[in-house]
Amino acid sequence: MPTFFEPKQIVTPGDILAEGEYIAGENAYKENDKVYASRTGVVNYENKRVDVVALKAFYVPRMGDTIIGTVTEVGFNGWEVDIQAPYTAMLRAQDVLARQFKPQKDDLAQVLNIGDLVVAKIASYDRTHDPQLTVEEPGLGKITRGEIIKVTPTKIPRVIGKKGSMISIIKQETGCQIILGLNGVILVTGKTIEDEQLALMAIRKIDEESHTSGLTDRITQMLREEKSKREENKNESKT
Amino acid sequence: MNQKPEKLIDKKGTRLDGRKAYELRPLKLEVGVLSNADGSAYIEHGKNKILAAVFGPKEVHPKHMALQDRMVLKCRYHMAPFSVQERKSPAPSRREIELSKVIRDSLQPAIFMEYYPRTMTDIFIEVLQADGGTRCASITAAALAMADSGIPMRDLVVACAAGKADDTIVLDLMDEEDKLGSADVPVAMMPNLNAVTLLQMDGILSYDEFETAINMAIEGCKKIYVMQKEALKAKYVGAKEEEAEE
Repeated sequence: MPTFFEPKQIVTPGDILAEGEYIAGENAYKENDKVYASRTGVVNYENKRVDVVALKAFYVPRMGDTIIGTVTEVGFNGWEVDIQAPYTAMLRAQDVLARQFKPQKDDLAQVLNIGDLVVAKIASYDRTHDPQLTVEEPGLGKITRGEIIKVTPTKIPRVIGKKGSMISIIKQETGCQIILGLNGVILVTGKTIEDEQLALMAIRKIDEESHTSGLTDRITQMLREEKSKREENKNESKT
Repeated sequence: MNQKPEKLIDKKGTRLDGRKAYELRPLKLEVGVLSNADGSAYIEHGKNKILAAVFGPKEVHPKHMALQDRMVLKCRYHMAPFSVQERKSPAPSRREIELSKVIRDSLQPAIFMEYYPRTMTDIFIEVLQADGGTRCASITAAALAMADSGIPMRDLVVACAAGKADDTIVLDLMDEEDKLGSADVPVAMMPNLNAVTLLQMDGILSYDEFETAINMAIEGCKKIYVMQKEALKAKYVGAKEEEAEE
Protein backbone atom coordinates (compact mmCIF):
# COMPACT_ATOMS: atom_id res chain seq x y z
CA MET A 1 0.00 0.00 0.00
CA PRO A 2 2.30 2.73 -1.19
CA THR A 3 2.35 6.45 -0.64
CA PHE A 4 3.74 8.63 -3.40
CA PHE A 5 5.13 11.67 -1.64
CA GLU A 6 7.44 12.53 1.21
CA PRO A 7 5.68 14.19 4.15
CA LYS A 8 5.78 18.00 3.96
CA GLN A 9 6.21 18.00 0.19
CA ILE A 10 4.17 20.47 -1.85
CA VAL A 11 1.44 18.84 -3.93
CA THR A 12 -0.99 20.20 -6.53
CA PRO A 13 -4.62 19.25 -7.26
CA GLY A 14 -4.84 15.84 -8.92
CA ASP A 15 -1.62 14.43 -7.50
CA ILE A 16 -2.01 10.80 -6.43
CA LEU A 17 -1.02 10.78 -2.76
CA ALA A 18 -1.60 7.17 -1.78
CA GLU A 19 -3.10 3.94 -2.96
CA GLY A 20 -4.99 1.29 -1.07
CA GLU A 21 -6.45 1.40 2.41
CA TYR A 22 -5.79 5.07 3.13
CA ILE A 23 -8.46 7.53 4.19
CA ALA A 24 -8.76 10.88 2.46
CA GLY A 25 -8.53 13.64 5.06
CA GLU A 26 -8.64 17.38 4.52
CA ASN A 27 -8.26 18.69 0.96
CA ALA A 28 -8.02 15.16 -0.41
CA TYR A 29 -10.52 12.79 -1.96
CA LYS A 30 -10.68 9.10 -2.69
CA GLU A 31 -11.67 7.52 -5.97
CA ASN A 32 -11.05 4.00 -7.26
CA ASP A 33 -8.92 3.12 -4.23
CA LYS A 34 -6.58 6.04 -4.81
CA VAL A 35 -6.27 9.20 -2.70
CA TYR A 36 -5.84 12.42 -4.66
CA ALA A 37 -5.08 15.98 -3.55
CA SER A 38 -7.76 18.58 -4.23
CA ARG A 39 -5.82 21.72 -3.32
CA THR A 40 -2.27 23.02 -3.56
CA GLY A 41 -0.65 22.38 -0.21
CA VAL A 42 1.67 20.37 1.99
CA VAL A 43 0.99 16.63 2.46
CA ASN A 44 0.83 14.90 5.80
CA TYR A 45 0.47 11.19 6.38
CA GLU A 46 -0.91 10.27 9.77
CA ASN A 47 -1.55 6.59 10.37
CA LYS A 48 -3.89 5.76 7.52
CA ARG A 49 -5.11 9.30 7.01
CA VAL A 50 -3.82 11.56 4.26
CA ASP A 51 -4.17 15.31 4.76
CA VAL A 52 -3.19 18.28 2.66
CA VAL A 53 -2.62 21.53 4.54
CA ALA A 54 -3.76 24.03 1.92
CA LEU A 55 -1.54 26.98 1.10
CA LYS A 56 -4.56 28.96 -0.02
CA ALA A 57 -8.21 28.40 0.69
CA PHE A 58 -11.32 30.30 1.64
CA TYR A 59 -13.37 30.09 4.81
CA VAL A 60 -16.36 27.79 4.96
CA PRO A 61 -18.61 28.41 7.99
CA ARG A 62 -18.93 25.77 10.69
CA MET A 63 -21.18 25.77 13.69
CA GLY A 64 -19.45 27.04 16.83
CA ASP A 65 -16.61 28.86 15.06
CA THR A 66 -15.57 32.25 16.44
CA ILE A 67 -15.27 34.70 13.56
CA ILE A 68 -14.74 38.41 12.98
CA GLY A 69 -17.09 40.04 10.49
CA THR A 70 -18.01 43.42 9.03
CA VAL A 71 -21.56 44.74 9.07
CA THR A 72 -22.61 45.35 5.47
CA GLU A 73 -26.30 46.11 5.82
CA VAL A 74 -28.75 47.17 8.51
CA GLY A 75 -32.05 45.37 7.96
CA PHE A 76 -35.49 45.46 9.59
CA ASN A 77 -34.76 43.01 12.36
CA GLY A 78 -31.06 42.36 12.12
CA TRP A 79 -27.79 42.92 10.27
CA GLU A 80 -26.06 41.35 7.33
CA VAL A 81 -22.45 40.55 8.15
CA ASP A 82 -19.61 39.84 5.74
CA ILE A 83 -17.58 36.96 7.19
CA GLN A 84 -15.10 36.46 4.30
CA ALA A 85 -16.95 33.32 3.21
CA PRO A 86 -19.01 32.45 0.13
CA TYR A 87 -22.12 33.20 2.19
CA THR A 88 -23.14 36.37 4.07
CA ALA A 89 -24.18 35.82 7.66
CA MET A 90 -27.23 37.18 9.50
CA LEU A 91 -27.09 38.62 12.98
CA ARG A 92 -30.51 39.04 14.60
CA ALA A 93 -31.43 42.15 16.58
CA GLN A 94 -32.95 40.10 19.40
CA ASP A 95 -29.65 38.40 19.90
CA VAL A 96 -27.62 41.60 20.21
CA LEU A 97 -30.11 43.49 22.37
CA ALA A 98 -30.61 40.44 24.62
CA ARG A 99 -34.31 41.26 24.94
CA GLN A 100 -37.41 41.48 22.80
CA PHE A 101 -36.77 43.70 19.79
CA LYS A 102 -39.32 46.51 19.28
CA PRO A 103 -39.19 47.99 15.77
CA GLN A 104 -40.98 51.17 16.92
CA LYS A 105 -38.48 51.97 19.64
CA ASP A 106 -35.12 50.54 18.68
CA ASP A 107 -32.96 52.04 15.96
CA LEU A 108 -30.69 49.27 14.79
CA ALA A 109 -28.20 51.64 13.13
CA GLN A 110 -27.53 53.09 16.60
CA VAL A 111 -26.45 49.70 17.90
CA LEU A 112 -24.39 48.48 14.96
CA ASN A 113 -23.87 50.46 11.78
CA ILE A 114 -22.45 49.63 8.37
CA GLY A 115 -18.70 49.13 8.61
CA ASP A 116 -18.70 48.12 12.26
CA LEU A 117 -16.69 45.04 13.15
CA VAL A 118 -18.07 42.30 15.36
CA VAL A 119 -16.63 39.24 17.04
CA ALA A 120 -19.32 36.58 16.83
CA LYS A 121 -19.95 32.87 16.93
CA ILE A 122 -21.70 30.89 14.22
CA ALA A 123 -24.95 29.72 15.77
CA SER A 124 -26.25 27.68 12.86
CA TYR A 125 -25.30 26.85 9.31
CA ASP A 126 -26.01 24.11 6.79
CA ARG A 127 -26.11 23.55 3.06
CA THR A 128 -29.56 25.01 2.65
CA HIS A 129 -29.37 28.02 4.98
CA ASP A 130 -27.03 30.97 5.28
CA PRO A 131 -25.08 31.15 8.55
CA GLN A 132 -26.67 32.77 11.62
CA LEU A 133 -24.46 34.55 14.10
CA THR A 134 -24.73 35.04 17.84
CA VAL A 135 -22.96 37.38 20.27
CA GLU A 136 -24.60 36.01 23.42
CA GLU A 137 -21.39 34.89 25.05
CA PRO A 138 -18.72 36.72 27.01
CA GLY A 139 -16.01 38.22 24.81
CA LEU A 140 -18.25 38.56 21.78
CA GLY A 141 -19.74 41.72 20.37
CA LYS A 142 -18.78 44.98 18.71
CA ILE A 143 -15.09 45.79 18.36
CA THR A 144 -14.24 49.24 19.69
CA ARG A 145 -10.46 49.38 19.40
CA GLY A 146 -7.43 47.52 18.11
CA GLU A 147 -6.22 46.56 14.66
CA ILE A 148 -7.40 43.99 12.13
CA ILE A 149 -5.25 41.79 9.93
CA LYS A 150 -6.40 39.25 7.36
CA VAL A 151 -4.61 35.96 6.69
CA THR A 152 -5.50 32.84 4.71
CA PRO A 153 -8.00 30.95 6.92
CA THR A 154 -6.06 27.68 6.73
CA LYS A 155 -3.14 29.37 8.43
CA ILE A 156 -4.97 30.14 11.66
CA PRO A 157 -3.78 26.83 13.22
CA ARG A 158 -0.22 27.89 12.40
CA VAL A 159 -0.74 31.24 14.15
CA ILE A 160 -1.91 29.30 17.21
CA GLY A 161 1.04 26.89 17.02
CA LYS A 162 1.46 23.55 18.75
CA LYS A 163 -0.68 23.68 21.90
CA GLY A 164 -0.86 27.44 21.51
CA SER A 165 2.90 27.97 21.62
CA MET A 166 3.05 30.54 18.82
CA ILE A 167 0.17 32.70 19.96
CA SER A 168 1.30 32.73 23.59
CA ILE A 169 4.77 33.89 22.53
CA ILE A 170 3.35 36.79 20.55
CA LYS A 171 1.06 37.72 23.42
CA GLN A 172 3.91 37.51 25.91
CA GLU A 173 6.46 39.48 23.89
CA THR A 174 4.13 42.26 22.77
CA GLY A 175 1.67 42.43 25.66
CA CYS A 176 -1.21 42.50 23.18
CA GLN A 177 -4.55 40.80 23.37
CA ILE A 178 -5.23 38.74 20.28
CA ILE A 179 -8.57 37.39 19.09
CA LEU A 180 -8.41 34.89 16.25
CA GLY A 181 -11.36 34.73 13.90
CA LEU A 182 -11.41 31.32 12.24
CA ASN A 183 -12.37 33.06 9.00
CA GLY A 184 -8.85 34.43 8.76
CA VAL A 185 -9.43 37.79 10.43
CA ILE A 186 -7.33 38.55 13.49
CA LEU A 187 -7.89 41.35 16.01
CA VAL A 188 -4.92 42.73 17.92
CA THR A 189 -5.41 45.10 20.84
CA GLY A 190 -2.42 46.51 22.68
CA LYS A 191 -1.58 49.31 25.08
CA THR A 192 0.33 51.29 22.46
CA ILE A 193 0.32 51.43 18.68
CA GLU A 194 3.93 50.19 18.64
CA ASP A 195 2.95 47.02 20.49
CA GLU A 196 0.18 46.38 17.98
CA GLN A 197 2.49 46.99 15.03
CA LEU A 198 4.95 44.48 16.40
CA ALA A 199 2.28 41.80 16.80
CA LEU A 200 0.95 42.48 13.29
CA MET A 201 4.45 42.14 11.90
CA ALA A 202 4.84 38.74 13.52
CA ILE A 203 1.48 37.53 12.20
CA ARG A 204 2.28 38.74 8.70
CA LYS A 205 5.54 36.78 8.83
CA ILE A 206 3.69 33.65 9.91
CA ASP A 207 1.24 34.04 7.03
CA GLU A 208 4.03 34.32 4.49
CA GLU A 209 6.22 31.53 5.82
CA SER A 210 3.63 29.18 7.27
CA HIS A 211 4.83 26.15 5.31
CA THR A 212 8.42 26.31 6.60
CA SER A 213 9.67 24.65 9.77
CA GLY A 214 11.30 26.19 12.83
CA LEU A 215 9.02 29.19 12.54
CA THR A 216 8.24 29.61 16.24
CA ASP A 217 11.92 30.12 17.05
CA ARG A 218 12.37 32.62 14.25
CA ILE A 219 9.33 34.60 15.36
CA THR A 220 10.61 34.74 18.94
CA GLN A 221 13.99 35.92 17.71
CA MET A 222 12.46 38.56 15.45
CA LEU A 223 10.22 39.93 18.20
CA ARG A 224 13.12 40.20 20.67
CA GLU A 225 15.36 41.91 18.12
CA GLU A 226 12.67 44.41 17.22
CA LYS A 227 12.01 45.14 20.86
CA SER A 228 15.65 45.79 21.67
CA LYS A 229 15.91 48.04 18.61
CA ARG A 230 13.01 50.07 19.91
CA GLU A 231 14.57 50.34 23.34
CA GLU A 232 17.73 51.71 21.76
CA ASN A 233 15.77 54.25 19.76
CA LYS A 234 13.97 55.40 22.86
CA ASN A 235 17.23 55.81 24.79
CA GLU A 236 18.76 57.75 21.94
CA SER A 237 15.88 60.16 21.73
CA LYS A 238 16.06 60.75 25.45
CA THR A 239 19.77 61.66 25.49
CA MET B 1 -0.19 42.26 -45.38
CA ASN B 2 0.73 38.65 -44.83
CA GLN B 3 1.67 36.59 -47.85
CA LYS B 4 0.26 33.15 -48.08
CA PRO B 5 3.04 30.64 -47.60
CA GLU B 6 3.20 28.05 -50.36
CA LYS B 7 3.81 25.14 -48.08
CA LEU B 8 3.18 24.69 -44.38
CA ILE B 9 5.73 21.93 -44.08
CA ASP B 10 8.90 21.67 -46.15
CA LYS B 11 10.52 18.54 -47.57
CA LYS B 12 12.50 17.87 -44.40
CA GLY B 13 9.32 17.92 -42.33
CA THR B 14 10.06 21.28 -40.73
CA ARG B 15 7.14 23.63 -40.10
CA LEU B 16 6.96 27.36 -40.76
CA ASP B 17 8.37 28.23 -37.33
CA GLY B 18 11.03 25.55 -37.44
CA ARG B 19 9.23 22.92 -35.38
CA LYS B 20 8.89 19.23 -36.13
CA ALA B 21 5.43 17.70 -36.45
CA TYR B 22 5.27 16.44 -32.84
CA GLU B 23 6.78 19.50 -31.14
CA LEU B 24 5.00 22.03 -28.92
CA ARG B 25 5.52 25.77 -29.13
CA PRO B 26 7.56 27.34 -26.32
CA LEU B 27 5.45 27.69 -23.21
CA LYS B 28 5.62 30.01 -20.21
CA LEU B 29 3.24 29.78 -17.26
CA GLU B 30 2.92 32.06 -14.28
CA VAL B 31 0.56 31.88 -11.30
CA GLY B 32 -0.76 34.62 -9.03
CA VAL B 33 0.00 37.57 -11.31
CA LEU B 34 -3.02 39.70 -10.37
CA SER B 35 -3.42 40.89 -6.79
CA ASN B 36 -7.07 41.95 -6.99
CA ALA B 37 -8.37 38.58 -8.15
CA ASP B 38 -8.77 35.58 -5.83
CA GLY B 39 -6.71 33.53 -8.26
CA SER B 40 -4.93 34.31 -11.50
CA ALA B 41 -2.60 32.91 -14.12
CA TYR B 42 -0.77 34.07 -17.22
CA ILE B 43 0.20 31.93 -20.18
CA GLU B 44 2.47 32.52 -23.13
CA HIS B 45 1.96 29.71 -25.60
CA GLY B 46 3.94 30.50 -28.71
CA LYS B 47 2.74 33.97 -29.60
CA ASN B 48 -0.45 33.59 -27.57
CA LYS B 49 -0.60 35.82 -24.50
CA ILE B 50 -3.53 35.15 -22.22
CA LEU B 51 -4.53 36.25 -18.73
CA ALA B 52 -7.03 34.34 -16.60
CA ALA B 53 -8.59 35.56 -13.36
CA VAL B 54 -10.94 33.83 -10.93
CA PHE B 55 -13.30 35.39 -8.38
CA GLY B 56 -15.16 33.34 -5.85
CA PRO B 57 -16.88 31.32 -4.67
CA LYS B 58 -19.19 34.17 -3.68
CA GLU B 59 -22.88 34.94 -3.36
CA VAL B 60 -24.88 34.59 -6.53
CA HIS B 61 -26.01 37.77 -8.15
CA PRO B 62 -28.78 38.00 -9.36
CA LYS B 63 -30.13 35.77 -6.64
CA HIS B 64 -32.63 33.79 -8.71
CA MET B 65 -29.77 32.23 -10.66
CA ALA B 66 -28.52 30.38 -7.60
CA LEU B 67 -28.66 26.60 -7.66
CA GLN B 68 -29.75 24.88 -4.46
CA ASP B 69 -27.50 21.87 -4.86
CA ARG B 70 -24.30 23.21 -6.42
CA MET B 71 -22.13 26.09 -7.44
CA VAL B 72 -22.77 28.19 -10.53
CA LEU B 73 -19.77 28.56 -12.80
CA LYS B 74 -19.56 31.57 -15.09
CA CYS B 75 -16.94 32.09 -17.70
CA ARG B 76 -16.10 34.96 -20.00
CA TYR B 77 -13.64 34.51 -22.81
CA HIS B 78 -12.75 37.83 -24.36
CA MET B 79 -10.29 38.95 -27.01
CA ALA B 80 -8.73 42.36 -26.65
CA PRO B 81 -9.20 44.69 -29.65
CA PHE B 82 -5.44 44.60 -30.22
CA SER B 83 -5.09 40.82 -29.97
CA VAL B 84 -5.39 40.19 -33.71
CA GLN B 85 -3.96 41.90 -36.78
CA GLU B 86 -7.11 43.73 -37.76
CA ARG B 87 -8.79 45.53 -34.84
CA LYS B 88 -11.45 43.35 -33.31
CA SER B 89 -14.58 44.97 -31.96
CA PRO B 90 -14.50 44.69 -28.16
CA ALA B 91 -18.13 43.56 -28.06
CA PRO B 92 -18.49 39.81 -27.50
CA SER B 93 -18.81 38.06 -30.84
CA ARG B 94 -20.64 34.84 -31.61
CA ARG B 95 -17.33 32.98 -31.50
CA GLU B 96 -16.39 34.37 -28.09
CA ILE B 97 -19.73 33.46 -26.56
CA GLU B 98 -19.36 29.93 -27.86
CA LEU B 99 -15.81 29.63 -26.58
CA SER B 100 -16.88 30.89 -23.15
CA LYS B 101 -19.34 28.02 -22.99
CA VAL B 102 -16.86 25.48 -24.30
CA ILE B 103 -14.21 26.51 -21.76
CA ARG B 104 -16.69 26.51 -18.90
CA ASP B 105 -17.90 23.02 -19.79
CA SER B 106 -14.37 21.68 -20.02
CA LEU B 107 -13.44 23.02 -16.56
CA GLN B 108 -16.66 22.05 -14.80
CA PRO B 109 -15.89 18.32 -14.33
CA ALA B 110 -12.71 19.21 -12.42
CA ILE B 111 -14.45 21.23 -9.72
CA PHE B 112 -16.27 19.96 -6.65
CA MET B 113 -19.36 21.97 -7.53
CA GLU B 114 -21.58 20.18 -5.02
CA TYR B 115 -19.45 21.30 -2.05
CA TYR B 116 -20.62 24.90 -2.24
CA PRO B 117 -24.32 25.19 -3.04
CA ARG B 118 -25.86 28.62 -3.69
CA THR B 119 -22.54 30.16 -4.67
CA MET B 120 -21.01 31.38 -7.90
CA THR B 121 -17.50 31.47 -9.33
CA ASP B 122 -16.47 33.84 -12.09
CA ILE B 123 -13.71 33.08 -14.56
CA PHE B 124 -12.41 35.88 -16.77
CA ILE B 125 -10.15 35.07 -19.68
CA GLU B 126 -8.55 37.92 -21.54
CA VAL B 127 -6.67 37.19 -24.76
CA LEU B 128 -4.02 39.87 -25.18
CA GLN B 129 -2.43 38.37 -28.26
CA ALA B 130 -3.82 35.54 -30.36
CA ASP B 131 -1.92 33.08 -32.49
CA GLY B 132 -4.06 30.01 -32.99
CA GLY B 133 -5.13 27.58 -30.30
CA THR B 134 -6.35 30.22 -27.87
CA ARG B 135 -9.08 27.98 -26.52
CA CYS B 136 -6.53 25.40 -25.42
CA ALA B 137 -4.19 27.95 -23.88
CA SER B 138 -7.19 29.58 -22.16
CA ILE B 139 -8.27 26.31 -20.57
CA THR B 140 -4.74 25.63 -19.33
CA ALA B 141 -4.49 29.12 -17.82
CA ALA B 142 -8.01 29.11 -16.35
CA ALA B 143 -7.38 25.78 -14.60
CA LEU B 144 -4.25 27.22 -13.04
CA ALA B 145 -6.10 30.33 -11.90
CA MET B 146 -8.78 28.13 -10.32
CA ALA B 147 -6.20 26.08 -8.46
CA ASP B 148 -4.48 29.30 -7.36
CA SER B 149 -7.72 30.68 -5.92
CA GLY B 150 -8.05 27.69 -3.59
CA ILE B 151 -11.12 26.08 -5.10
CA PRO B 152 -10.96 22.31 -4.52
CA MET B 153 -10.35 20.47 -7.79
CA ARG B 154 -10.25 16.82 -8.80
CA ASP B 155 -7.34 17.52 -11.11
CA LEU B 156 -5.90 20.32 -13.19
CA VAL B 157 -7.30 20.61 -16.70
CA VAL B 158 -4.87 20.85 -19.60
CA ALA B 159 -5.65 21.40 -23.24
CA CYS B 160 -3.72 20.98 -26.43
CA ALA B 161 -4.64 20.71 -30.10
CA ALA B 162 -3.48 18.57 -32.97
CA GLY B 163 -4.44 18.92 -36.60
CA LYS B 164 -3.65 18.34 -40.21
CA ALA B 165 -1.49 20.62 -42.31
CA ASP B 166 -0.27 19.65 -45.77
CA ASP B 167 -1.47 16.06 -45.33
CA THR B 168 0.59 15.58 -42.16
CA ILE B 169 -0.77 15.30 -38.65
CA VAL B 170 0.92 17.95 -36.51
CA LEU B 171 0.77 18.93 -32.83
CA ASP B 172 -0.15 22.35 -31.45
CA LEU B 173 -1.30 24.30 -34.51
CA MET B 174 -0.32 27.93 -34.87
CA ASP B 175 -2.32 30.59 -36.66
CA GLU B 176 -1.26 29.84 -40.27
CA GLU B 177 -1.66 26.10 -39.84
CA ASP B 178 -5.04 26.63 -38.25
CA LYS B 179 -6.31 28.80 -41.09
CA LEU B 180 -4.70 27.06 -44.09
CA GLY B 181 -4.55 23.53 -42.71
CA SER B 182 -7.39 21.10 -43.25
CA ALA B 183 -8.30 20.01 -39.72
CA ASP B 184 -8.04 20.97 -36.05
CA VAL B 185 -8.68 18.70 -33.03
CA PRO B 186 -8.54 20.46 -29.64
CA VAL B 187 -8.46 18.12 -26.65
CA ALA B 188 -8.81 19.08 -22.95
CA MET B 189 -8.16 16.49 -20.29
CA MET B 190 -7.44 15.74 -16.64
CA PRO B 191 -4.24 13.71 -17.02
CA ASN B 192 -4.06 12.09 -13.60
CA LEU B 193 -7.64 10.86 -13.84
CA ASN B 194 -7.12 10.02 -17.50
CA ALA B 195 -10.36 11.73 -18.44
CA VAL B 196 -11.04 13.86 -21.50
CA THR B 197 -13.26 16.89 -20.79
CA LEU B 198 -13.30 18.49 -24.23
CA LEU B 199 -12.99 17.02 -27.69
CA GLN B 200 -13.78 18.98 -30.80
CA MET B 201 -13.01 18.48 -34.46
CA ASP B 202 -13.06 21.04 -37.18
CA GLY B 203 -12.32 19.92 -40.76
CA ILE B 204 -12.07 16.54 -42.38
CA LEU B 205 -9.96 13.64 -41.12
CA SER B 206 -10.02 9.94 -41.88
CA TYR B 207 -10.63 7.56 -38.99
CA ASP B 208 -6.93 6.70 -38.69
CA GLU B 209 -5.84 10.31 -38.94
CA PHE B 210 -8.28 11.24 -36.22
CA GLU B 211 -6.88 8.61 -33.90
CA THR B 212 -3.30 9.73 -34.54
CA ALA B 213 -4.28 13.34 -33.92
CA ILE B 214 -6.07 12.59 -30.66
CA ASN B 215 -3.17 10.54 -29.31
CA MET B 216 -0.74 13.24 -30.31
CA ALA B 217 -2.83 15.89 -28.53
CA ILE B 218 -3.01 13.76 -25.39
CA GLU B 219 0.78 13.42 -25.38
CA GLY B 220 1.00 17.21 -25.76
CA CYS B 221 -1.39 17.69 -22.84
CA LYS B 222 0.76 15.50 -20.62
CA LYS B 223 3.84 17.58 -21.42
CA ILE B 224 2.00 20.81 -20.58
CA TYR B 225 0.62 19.25 -17.39
CA VAL B 226 4.13 18.86 -15.99
CA MET B 227 4.81 22.55 -16.62
CA GLN B 228 1.46 23.49 -15.13
CA LYS B 229 2.28 21.72 -11.87
CA GLU B 230 5.69 23.35 -11.72
CA ALA B 231 4.14 26.78 -12.21
CA LEU B 232 1.78 26.19 -9.27
CA LYS B 233 4.61 25.11 -7.02
CA ALA B 234 6.89 27.93 -8.20
CA LYS B 235 4.75 30.41 -6.29
CA TYR B 236 5.90 28.85 -3.04
CA VAL B 237 9.32 27.66 -4.09
CA GLY B 238 11.18 30.63 -2.60
CA ALA B 239 10.01 29.58 0.81
CA LYS B 240 10.76 25.95 0.06
CA GLU B 241 14.44 26.70 -0.52
CA GLU B 242 14.55 28.43 2.82
CA GLU B 243 13.32 25.25 4.41
CA ALA B 244 16.11 23.27 2.77
CA GLU B 245 18.71 25.57 4.31
CA GLU B 246 17.60 24.85 7.84
